[in-house]
Amino acid sequence: MKLFVNNKEIEVPASAMEKRIVEFLREDLDLTGAKNACDIGACGACTILVNDEPSRICIKLVKDFGGQRILTIEGMAAPDGTLHPLQQAFLDCGAIQCGYCTPGMVLTGHAFLLKNSHPTRDQIRQAIFKNLCRCTGYQQIIDAIEKAAPHYQREERGLQAASAPEKQTATKNSKATTLAKGEAG
Amino acid sequence: MSLPETKCWRNDAYAKVTGKAKFTDDLKFANVLHAAPVYSDFVHARIVSIDTSAAEKVSGVVRVLTAKDVQGVNRFGQIIRDYRIFADDKIRYHGDVVAVVVAETREIAIHAAQLVRVNATPLPAVLDPEEALKPDAVLVHENHGSNLINTHVVRRGNVDNAFKQADFVIEQDFSTQFIEHAYMETEAAVCVPRLTDGVIEIYGSMQHPFSTRRFVATCLGVALADVEIIGTPMGGGFGGKDDTAAIICARTALAAKLLGRPVKMVYRRDWSMRESYKRHPYRVQYKMGVTKAGCITAVQCRIVADGGAYCSVTPWVTWRSTVQCCGPYVVENVHCDTFGVYTNNVVTGAMRGFGSPQINFVIEQIVEMAAQKVGISGIEFRRRNMVRQGSITITGQKLDGHKVAMEQVLDTVLREIDYEKKLEKCAHGKGDADELYGIGVAMSYRGVSLGAEGTDFCAAIINAQADGSILLETGMHENGQGVESAMCLICAEELGVDVNRIRYRRSSTSNIPDSGTTVASRGTIMGGGATALTARELKKKIAESFCEKLHCTAGEVRFKDNFICGKLDADRIAFADAMRQMWAMQKFPFALGTFKAPRTTWDEHSGQGDAYFTWVYCCAARQSSSR
Repeated sequence: MKLFVNNKEIEVPASAMEKRIVEFLREDLDLTGAKNACDIGACGACTILVNDEPSRICIKLVKDFGGQRILTIEGMAAPDGTLHPLQQAFLDCGAIQCGYCTPGMVLTGHAFLLKNSHPTRDQIRQAIFKNLCRCTGYQQIIDAIEKAAPHYQREERGLQAASAPEKQTATKNSKATTLAKGEAG
Repeated sequence: MSLPETKCWRNDAYAKVTGKAKFTDDLKFANVLHAAPVYSDFVHARIVSIDTSAAEKVSGVVRVLTAKDVQGVNRFGQIIRDYRIFADDKIRYHGDVVAVVVAETREIAIHAAQLVRVNATPLPAVLDPEEALKPDAVLVHENHGSNLINTHVVRRGNVDNAFKQADFVIEQDFSTQFIEHAYMETEAAVCVPRLTDGVIEIYGSMQHPFSTRRFVATCLGVALADVEIIGTPMGGGFGGKDDTAAIICARTALAAKLLGRPVKMVYRRDWSMRESYKRHPYRVQYKMGVTKAGCITAVQCRIVADGGAYCSVTPWVTWRSTVQCCGPYVVENVHCDTFGVYTNNVVTGAMRGFGSPQINFVIEQIVEMAAQKVGISGIEFRRRNMVRQGSITITGQKLDGHKVAMEQVLDTVLREIDYEKKLEKCAHGKGDADELYGIGVAMSYRGVSLGAEGTDFCAAIINAQADGSILLETGMHENGQGVESAMCLICAEELGVDVNRIRYRRSSTSNIPDSGTTVASRGTIMGGGATALTARELKKKIAESFCEKLHCTAGEVRFKDNFICGKLDADRIAFADAMRQMWAMQKFPFALGTFKAPRTTWDEHSGQGDAYFTWVYCCAARQSSSR
């Protein structure tokens, strides 16, 4: 079985198939950004993106992810270490304190902005509703996601201009999802 | 760096936002063993025997540790040594750990832990702190003689006379609940025996490394120098990672020492909830006398705090509640009795606010009730009674030497939220309104740092390098709150250099003197004080070395924009050049400084004294609506 983790193809050994994927990522691939904080899929600290959708992996097995495209927090920044604009926004807005929820928050925010690049604060609040943070009180995290939204709008415009200038009638949100998926893949 | 840039600057943000920051469970060590705790099904019971044989037979189990394996002392505590590293004589609450299973994998350890059998004689449990205070109550600690952990009092003026003179007397009982901290990262420790000298290195999630070191050294029967707690990013504490986290480190360290291999123990959420201490539930009987003019004449209160099975820091938590039992209001006649009590409930200890929230809740409720009785608004009532510059607190402390900002804080909050206007919209129980809207305001004051409850001093070390880069460390601990970043910014400002030159050293209890706990505002005020003093010490050394070259006296040397300047801006040396020249002069640009908290006083019999060296003032408003 193969996984595509942060744009790398990973061959999964048979012995790992029954492992929880959070343990496989953390122990076998040393991708420790996803945290196992509750074991029951309740807190969101283990969130990764699977085909751009947030997934809580502390309750899921490796074998369920065959052929899927996985993005972990380690895959967000550019290879040269330059932060993704959403990550930079987390820094600029003071959205990081202890940092334990941060990977899950960034990835949840990323998936959300790929779908909705013109969000209201209320929509952002709804999007991160199930990711717990005990330090910030959430406001700075909402600020950060809001601050990064223009980047996703630009990406969207850029992709529209490059790939589908004639299809301007499609609704903005559904289009953003399709195009962004195409781009990230 | 400009002010807006420094506002959110953190030395650890990049690592945390990229997932590179290594928390305790993220650390990998070769040949590591895993440990899991064993609980019993009892709440209060006398232990007859602990049968570990079935667990020991499980393939992959290396050892099962119980109290008899403790090489040092099994009992410890910051105030009363009643904590058991492993339960020995009795089970005192359902979170008591009787054994720890050490195995090749975490799964095996967890599985085998279920096979340990505890044979014990159940005892009647005392679960209500008022019951626990009765003379015939079941005792949680027989040797202690009673269930009373501690008492505190405030005696001021004459409450009997004052109540007679009051136009209204309001009496109300209040109770508050246990609260779990629910830090995102559960308790975790990795202990590594250093092969060269046997020192046990500990990487763990705890907020008081020096206290942890004492717990571990006591349990292991080794010297403080034989235990080294190495700073590790921590996923939240909120007061909750002191005693319990220290005990978990002690058990893990014992396993590592006995087995000569690294041992990791990472708590499952249910273990963390079960064993870790909570916020103290309070029962408060409160009586307040007020005049028609809306002035508080007297307060009498009785506070009973449920300390749970072990003392932890109950005496300190309840002391803060006692000192602040009238909130930020001037009251000339006060009679307060506070009791910390053992029960067989879960242990209680430090949590955000440390005894403030419980009593603040009570006061702000009673203030609203009193205002209603008098027939004035809660805000007006607060204004008539609040502390101002020069006011005397209920413990006889004159509030001066700092800005008593209570009224300013209140005014700001009311203005910012447009309180008076919004108050009119309140549904006030009118259930037929389309929208139920409410707005409320509460205020408080709080003594900063430990106050007269503890020894309060902190060290910092600044070690400038020959290329102008700077190494900084303080005795404060990074809990995720950003204390390292705050210290770096303070150091940069004092030395007039860019913050990016400064590296905060990875903290270690073996590097720097024991500077106490990192709690609440203490980190900033004590660590920041130490950093600033140490920077000034260093500047003095540098100034003395260069004042001649800069054509001025040492006192006239200025540090700004990465330069060391004389009286004229033209007379200057780049900071980095100066550091290189000091090396050539055989002088170390190195300083160790200590910040001691200003003096506090306390008389425990009268409950009078200068309880805290400074105070902070707080007001919060909250609006809420539902359709």
